[in-house]
Amino acid sequence: MFARLPDLKERAVVRLTVDGRAIEARAGESVAAALLLSGVLVVRTTPVSGAPRGPFCMMGVCFDCLVSIDGEPNRQACMVTVRDGMQVERMQGARKVDP
Amino acid sequence: MGAFDVAIVGGGLVGTAVAYGLARQGARIAVLDEGDVAFRASRGNFGLVWVQSKGLGMPEYAAWTKASSDAWAGLRDALRDETGIDTAFARPGGFHVCLTDGEMERRREQNKRLHNQPDMVPYEVRFLDRKDALDLLPGLGPEVVGVSYCPLDGHANPLKLLRALHAALARRGAAYRSNTPVQRIERSGDAFALTTPAGTILSGKLILAAGLGNARLAPMVGMTAPVRPQRGQILVTERVAPFLKHPLVTVRQTDEGSVMIGDSLEEAGFDDRVGHAVVAMMADRAVKTFPALRGVRVVRTWGALRVMTPDGFPIYQQSAEHPGAFLVTCHSGVTLAAGHALNLAPHVAAGCLPDAAFAAFSARRFDVRAAA
Ligand SMILES: Cc1cc2nc3c(=O)[nH]c(=O)nc-3n(C[C@H](O)[C@H](O)[C@H](O)COP(=O)(O)OP(=O)(O)OC[C@H]3O[C@@H](n4cnc5c(N)ncnc54)[C@H](O)[C@@H]3O)c2cc1C
Ligand code: FES
Repeated sequence: MFARLPDLKERAVVRLTVDGRAIEARAGESVAAALLLSGVLVVRTTPVSGAPRGPFCMMGVCFDCLVSIDGEPNRQACMVTVRDGMQVERMQGARKVDP
Repeated sequence: MGAFDVAIVGGGLVGTAVAYGLARQGARIAVLDEGDVAFRASRGNFGLVWVQSKGLGMPEYAAWTKASSDAWAGLRDALRDETGIDTAFARPGGFHVCLTDGEMERRREQNKRLHNQPDMVPYEVRFLDRKDALDLLPGLGPEVVGVSYCPLDGHANPLKLLRALHAALARRGAAYRSNTPVQRIERSGDAFALTTPAGTILSGKLILAAGLGNARLAPMVGMTAPVRPQRGQILVTERVAPFLKHPLVTVRQTDEGSVMIGDSLEEAGFDDRVGHAVVAMMADRAVKTFPALRGVRVVRTWGALRVMTPDGFPIYQQSAEHPGAFLVTCHSGVTLAAGHALNLAPHVAAGCLPDAAFAAFSARRFDVRAAA
């Protein structure tokens, strides 16, 4: 569904995991772009109704792209650049707090 | 613009609760409201349905508050049946957290004075030290010294409450006119004639429930409404999985998962902006109460203006000079919504606020004080 622009294909490969599964991205891409390019369209479910959501605006305003990154929940995937070894998890509903 | 049995000036929680109660009695109603320029406490409040600590100096207010709390489940069910909107009212019991021994001592003292008043309505308030409080509120921080607990305290979703009241009114055929500020009130025979930019409205009865706007309107029908704005600031976090069943005065988790952190008491005139110093203080207190909140994101902060009388108690009064004109205002419009809809409105419909229950709430109490 999504394709990487030709000039980006030349960039260095960055490896991250999504829910434990390894995916490849290119240096400089956002986490949201990497997810979409690897076929992950639904990155979270909403806290109230459980509706599926995926990256929409790609510029930090819609908050539909929230994922957990290296253990930190509700980060905007479109505003974070991929890094080698990054662990991304999809958000299932509301994040937890541990009292 | 039409003639109605009752015109209600103000479409916030107070006006719509009374209007809903009147609509249930079959009255033909118009609710007149300002537009987005208005100060609207009903859209910026904390959502507590709170009983403990209310009424020091006026035990009638404690009884009135408790009666509303007792009636709230009925209001919730009626609104849900009529509109399908769940106002998320729950009464799991609420806490006031003390962070120092001094706070705890003052709290005990205040509670003793409140409940020692003659004619005070009895209800349970318990003081728990840190260890016992932890059983009911897991996750309390090490700085919490103790709490007071009242099983009658609860909370609701105030925005859904406002929406449900408006929806129920619409279903019952009430006319709602926004962008219709009342500029002048006069008599036209037996009726009240309300001048608005959209024309004149005639009504048999008149309810002034215009929040801070009542100060200007009440003298037009022979009453005074000495209300002033008192700012409160609130923070709200991203939604988190349920971790807090009970409302606290300063922290509560909503039905949809957000954590609300409130709420300051500031004399700032008609300035409803937020200030970082106050917001930082409230956030700090919330984190001391529940350290797990430290990593949770705040998504919005706002300020809103309470509608405050000189003694902090409500005003319920019928005009002696212009019978049929009623003044209704309070600073706990969520807590008192059930009282306004189910306990006050029938008296308004009957045209009489019985002295036994309502004399204490007349704004004439402020005249007496000024004269003394
Ligand atoms: C920060 C904060 C926290 C609070 N927390 C709680 C809480 O936890 N629990 C609780 O019970 N209460 C709480 N309150 C109080 C509660 O919000 C108010 O008591 C309640 O909203 C008041 O409702 P109202 O309808 O009187 O006023 P408003 O909501 O201010 O509505 C008044 C309405 O009158 C209209 N109006 C004004 N002048 C005119 C005119 N001339 N013509 C036509 N219309 C006019 C305006 O358009 C406005 O919509 C809080 C308030 C604040 C500010
Ligand atoms: S896609 Fe809209 S904020 Fe990330």
